[in-house]
Amino acid sequence: MTDLELKKIAVRVRKGIIEGVYAGKSGHPGGSLSAADMMTYLYFEEMNIDPQNPDWSERDRFVLSKGHGAPAYYATLAIRGYFPVEDLKTLRHVGSYLQGHPCSQSTPGVDASSGSLGQGISVACGMAMSAKISKDSYRVYTMLGDGEIEEGEVWEAAMFAGFRKLDNLCVIVDNNGLQIDGPVDEVNSPYPIADKFRAFNFHVIEIDGHDFLQIKKALDEARETKGMPTAIIMKTVKGKGVSFMENAVGWHGKAPNEEEYKIAMKELCEAEDELCRM
Amino acid sequence: MPDVKKIATRESYGRTLAELGKEHDDIVVLDADLAASTKTAVFASEFPDRFIDCGIAEANMIGVAAGMALSGKTPFCSSFAMFAAGRAFEQIRNSVGYPHLNVKIGASHAGITVGEDGATHQCVEDIALMRTIPGMVIMNPGDDVEAEAAVRAAYEIDGPVYLRLGRLAVPVINDRETYKFEVGKGTLLHEGNDVTLVATGLEVAESVKAVKILEEKGISAELINICTIKPLDTDLIVSSAAKTKKVVTIEEHSIIGGLGGAVAEALAENYPVKMHRIGIRDRFGESGPALELMHKFMLDGEGIASQVIDFLQ
Repeated sequence: MTDLELKKIAVRVRKGIIEGVYAGKSGHPGGSLSAADMMTYLYFEEMNIDPQNPDWSERDRFVLSKGHGAPAYYATLAIRGYFPVEDLKTLRHVGSYLQGHPCSQSTPGVDASSGSLGQGISVACGMAMSAKISKDSYRVYTMLGDGEIEEGEVWEAAMFAGFRKLDNLCVIVDNNGLQIDGPVDEVNSPYPIADKFRAFNFHVIEIDGHDFLQIKKALDEARETKGMPTAIIMKTVKGKGVSFMENAVGWHGKAPNEEEYKIAMKELCEAEDELCRM
Repeated sequence: MPDVKKIATRESYGRTLAELGKEHDDIVVLDADLAASTKTAVFASEFPDRFIDCGIAEANMIGVAAGMALSGKTPFCSSFAMFAAGRAFEQIRNSVGYPHLNVKIGASHAGITVGEDGATHQCVEDIALMRTIPGMVIMNPGDDVEAEAAVRAAYEIDGPVYLRLGRLAVPVINDRETYKFEVGKGTLLHEGNDVTLVATGLEVAESVKAVKILEEKGISAELINICTIKPLDTDLIVSSAAKTKKVVTIEEHSIIGGLGGAVAEALAENYPVKMHRIGIRDRFGESGPALELMHKFMLDGEGIASQVIDFLQ
């Protein structure tokens, strides 16, 4: 897939995020928008998956450890063909299969339930460990927030993955720099992030999480790295793609009102039109 | 019971896991640096490739088990009850319980009979915690025969199971030849008319002693053994309560939320009768030899009998 094609899909993912959060009248747009490009690349290029057969045993696995990024996860899965895109509008509604945080039992394509921060990376370690024991060839990807890595369990899991040389595991940190109470380096700084993962025996790659070429190179390098897990620390912009949500703490966990929704959709539609003219 | 053989249920767990490992390739065993104590070391020595020591990191261990269950394995993970049910409660709830994963938690060193290590290691809250998780099956076997059956039953169940195991060697009271185990079913061990005793775990053997003491004092006690605390055998307990009109629960656990809580809830909704809960009465444990602590906390046969007599007066 070309860079342009990926960009077109990513803008559709972002529209799906805004549609879902607006319809749900709640949710987390900021950290969903920052993750959208990586989610797009994982599901449209990187991972060995089959949307018609979500439980295929040899598929690559993905665990959204930062489970509040569910709107990005659902939009990506829908556009990839796991379920109808229209259903994104049922996000967080009573009876919907699109729960506020990912639920493996209710949503096709969701490999693990997550949302309580710090837990997803451990589940991903278990999937990777299981593959090592059974000599299965699938790979496991998990995405964490930079605020999330303040959780102690993340480092229990990192120690486990490094010690067990889980080279079939790729940990991605969405370093958008903001958490609910403010900038991560003002709340309880997780920096230096790359050095921490290096100290836990990870191969570390630092990239711009909105540059598909850098994303591709990093994931290729992760796949080729043997004997240790890889951590991709991607610098991102929280709220990326919607001007008034970018780098704004307030957009971590609230839905746009009607006016804001219209502005956001207009911006994204214009971005899409521009890409289509290229 | 001086001649009765004594075996700790953690020993039964370790031995049975190693046997199950031969029968089922999908079983993996995880521990958190306590393999020698939880007895998962028996499995580890026979199946080193299917044993994962997660180190002193219980939260991660539960998550790793969840991930392995999602990949088709049947993980049994072990630590002391305090660090499994207590420390990793939220991981058990969210990573295992919510997606109803096939993870078995073998929690040893439950209750005050941990002994000398004292209150920090004596978990008397685990049953209460685990009961609140939808879909969690809780088994608290009372002796070697029952523990082996419970471990085998746990493997057969498709979903999360909490197995409560003890450190203390306890009398083998069930007959291996005639014993039949069914998940969710209690057993009527002794018939009586004046009071129903509902006991679980190592308190079953102590309650057998209490029944004899009570008999000598002219009190006819019925005794029910409850190994599966969730789902609870409400029918058996209600039918006995209907006969005796008085119920006493006996457990090595807080009287809040454990067997006593479960039976009180079941009776209140189905057949309210006077009842008394014997257990740890809203306090922490303390250091000391296990048997001395059981005596101090009135959880031995003598202590149970005297509490039942007080209740009946």
